[in-house]
Amino acid sequence: MTQWIDACATADVDEEDLIRFDHAGRTYAIYHSPEGEFFATAGKCTHEEVHLCDGLVMGHLIECPKHNGQFDYRTGEAMRAPVCVNLKTYPVRVEGGRVMLQVE
Amino acid sequence: MSERNYSLLGPDGARAVETGLAAAEWYHTEVPRKVMKELMGRSDGPAIRDTIVLYGCMILFAGLGIWLWPSLWSAPFWLAYGVLYGSASDSRWHECGHGTAFKTPWMNNAVYQIASFMIMRNAATWRWSHARHHTDTYIVGRDPEIAVMRPPEFAKLILNFFGILDVLKFFPTLIQNALTGPTKDERTFVPESEWPKVRRVAQVHLAIYLATIALALWMGSILPLMVIGLPRLYGAWHHVMTGLLQHGGLADNVIDHRLNSRTVLMNRVSRFIYWNMNYHVEHHMFPMVPYHALPRLHETIKHDLPAPNRSIAEGFRQMWPALRRQLRNEDYFLKRELPATAKPYREDFHTAALGAAE
Repeated sequence: MTQWIDACATADVDEEDLIRFDHAGRTYAIYHSPEGEFFATAGKCTHEEVHLCDGLVMGHLIECPKHNGQFDYRTGEAMRAPVCVNLKTYPVRVEGGRVMLQVE
Repeated sequence: MSERNYSLLGPDGARAVETGLAAAEWYHTEVPRKVMKELMGRSDGPAIRDTIVLYGCMILFAGLGIWLWPSLWSAPFWLAYGVLYGSASDSRWHECGHGTAFKTPWMNNAVYQIASFMIMRNAATWRWSHARHHTDTYIVGRDPEIAVMRPPEFAKLILNFFGILDVLKFFPTLIQNALTGPTKDERTFVPESEWPKVRRVAQVHLAIYLATIALALWMGSILPLMVIGLPRLYGAWHHVMTGLLQHGGLADNVIDHRLNSRTVLMNRVSRFIYWNMNYHVEHHMFPMVPYHALPRLHETIKHDLPAPNRSIAEGFRQMWPALRRQLRNEDYFLKRELPATAKPYREDFHTAALGAAE
């Protein structure tokens, strides 16, 4: 069963950056793209379970802070070794200045 | 702890996994997000400049060496070319492997492939080996890049100043990789999806070496090997000298880079060859910061780190006696004092290791 949850205010995430969001024992990453759109993925790298929130957003890529692996945060696609497994993505919508995240 | 077993398939590695020492969460100095984002920022400019200087100097020195060959007057140019080939390639391999040197991915990859060939490392295998080095830095049985094992074998260390052991190990592995893919040890850290790439890279490297040897035989001269291959021996000394300082004589089996890594302030020429990897604690703590921003990162976090060594010579004066002492006591290591402004070492995390420090 899925549900929409209030993750953060749009102003909480700088443009071309991300923040960590924890909910019900799981960790997520919320992104603000250079075009002003919001996206969400699982919060940890698929390579070695490192939190992505300390990583670097470059355009539509998130780079893991530990081993420099990269994902396209819009699709979760693994883009650069050492990551090989795609990142799970979650639907996002913005309502009244709040970023809403659809989780299972 | 004593009698370390460095095999990636051995009991120490298995114990590190069982106890949570492997893939642990490491200590980081707190840096405001805004500052860190600025430090992590990528650009092509510095690396393009340095790469033009590096390859330009290599062409110039090799050209003069070939022109003056076989006169002894060619020797200084070969020595200069050798250091750029056999040592600067190590730092280029490293930085471009991290993908931080250039902003543009294909530039990182191009320099990475060339540097991997020159430093005699399989470009596919070593990307994964280095990822493990960052996950489990100097965790015995987990880190495949431990340069100084305990007890130290000084004869091996000295031979490697001329690349001898590295090269002797490289060619059998190259042939095995070219024929069957990664070795048994390499398969512990290279994902199966990458095994065909390991084989292809090895086949390309092997073909270049065979062509160079064939040219040397046809010419009846070692000159082609002076340009390709041999500089990995006669120019290795600088990367071995700086590489030993990275972790030599310091702790193993800890999860705080301030305990197992060393920052050494160096002259400008060595920093160019080494691409600022002398800021080694900083690099391990924040591997996303490009080489050109490491001096600024050092200024930002030095309040939380042991004082750096002020020169290569000072680093060796500190490290060498510690290595000699490890001959008698494998558990001994140098524990550097932290400044009063630093967060203390977590003694509870490192009971086993810190018990042996002085």
